[in-house]
Amino acid sequence: MSRVRVLVGTKKGAFVCTADGARKDWKIEGPHFGGWEIYHIKGSPVNPNRIFASQSSGWFGQIIQRSDDGGKTWTPPGSSEEELKSPEGWPQGESNKFAYEGVAGTHRWYDGTPHPWEFKRVWHLEPSLTDPETVFAGVEDAALFRSGDGGKTWSELSGLRKHATGQDWQPGAGGMCLHTILIDPSAPDRMWVAISAAGCFRTEDGGITWKTANKGLSSEFMPNPDAEVGHCVHRIAFHPSKPNTLFMQKHWDIMRSDNAGDTWHEVSGNLPSDFGFPTDVHSHEPETVYVVPIKSDSEHYPPEGKLRVYRSRTGGNEWEALTNGLPQENCYTNVLRDAMAVDSLDDCGIYFGTTGGQVYVSPDGGDKWNAINEHFPSVLSVEVQTLS
Amino acid sequence: MVRVVLPYHLRNLAQVGQEVELQVATPVCVASVIGALETAYPVLRGTIRDHDTHKRRAFLRFFADGEDISMEPTDRSLPESVVAGREPLLVVGAIAGG
Repeated sequence: MSRVRVLVGTKKGAFVCTADGARKDWKIEGPHFGGWEIYHIKGSPVNPNRIFASQSSGWFGQIIQRSDDGGKTWTPPGSSEEELKSPEGWPQGESNKFAYEGVAGTHRWYDGTPHPWEFKRVWHLEPSLTDPETVFAGVEDAALFRSGDGGKTWSELSGLRKHATGQDWQPGAGGMCLHTILIDPSAPDRMWVAISAAGCFRTEDGGITWKTANKGLSSEFMPNPDAEVGHCVHRIAFHPSKPNTLFMQKHWDIMRSDNAGDTWHEVSGNLPSDFGFPTDVHSHEPETVYVVPIKSDSEHYPPEGKLRVYRSRTGGNEWEALTNGLPQENCYTNVLRDAMAVDSLDDCGIYFGTTGGQVYVSPDGGDKWNAINEHFPSVLSVEVQTLS
Repeated sequence: MVRVVLPYHLRNLAQVGQEVELQVATPVCVASVIGALETAYPVLRGTIRDHDTHKRRAFLRFFADGEDISMEPTDRSLPESVVAGREPLLVVGAIAGG
């Protein structure tokens, strides 16, 4: 029987939640890395027992952790007892070394002045679709790194940061972070990344060269609302079978592209607010999309204190509120950009976590919701693995 | 042997107790002690000082024999009490955050 494993990153550690296909009764293990911020934790689609975690703190910086047994035990890659004794002399203690290639240069600071690129943390880890040793990391200050040895060492794919527009990128309120990495299953050298607040970029050659993919985006906070870069993209998502159709939750606006990001158009439709952070796509219905609206850029909580996921079955524009099982009064939590995921069971399960520490699951595509746990630390990320 | 006391989270990361003992080549200074610590526990590289520049992380400080030596040159010899192992070198995390 199929099972699911939900990987929850929080401000005070990581949790691994498992259930059978009914997704009713949950076993929760953790906290792993108690007291540390876990910005993201995600498993390899090739080897689901291999899971990568980004562990960080303002005091001690960045740590990368890896599990090869489905999240039961963890080690920083390259520092297991066996590896330290290896006569081959694996690189040791370099799994947390994220060095920009060459002279880092400057980007724009909040006030528009040049500011040096400085590594702060890994926001997002995206394991390869084909190779369990390969994993990509999106970092703050925005750049893309790649490891080809299971996370032991990292090298920058510097063509992105050195893009002609790089000097004009500016941080969003959460920092200048590369937070989303999408890999085209039909052409793995084709990827999209999203950066707050620069925008969306696409590569066709595995990350060597990049093009902006922001035409059609309009951001009123910018001097030129339609500029090539500067847009605060919060999240992009697609269905693996339709990678040319992208959905975007922007600082404001829900956007859609049907040409791989060459152009975008707004599909916010009847939403009560088109501000929010996450978006995701149903695993079996490429035109079914989910968002979680919050009131505004200044008030990061649901309108009217009602936690509502909105679902569009028409690829946008027409949205319905999903409320069954979610708090409909006095709810003032937020759902962060990496804190929504979908499984691939039939019915499709939808998951999200809140800054109030709740993680919810809907085992029927959003019609009914149950809490996996209501008392985690503030949730930073949620991923799910469908296991056979 | 030089004794080093680590903050809670770094002890957990390195899977050691409150205090570690290190054989440190002379001259015994902050740089050589942290170097020996990182050699013995590679997972700590980058957590106390930058990988390449060796600049101390902003929220950490070093204390020796009751003195805050964080702002002193890291190649300055440590007090004889620390060199002889009677007193530990303290790596202390700032009290901040929640």
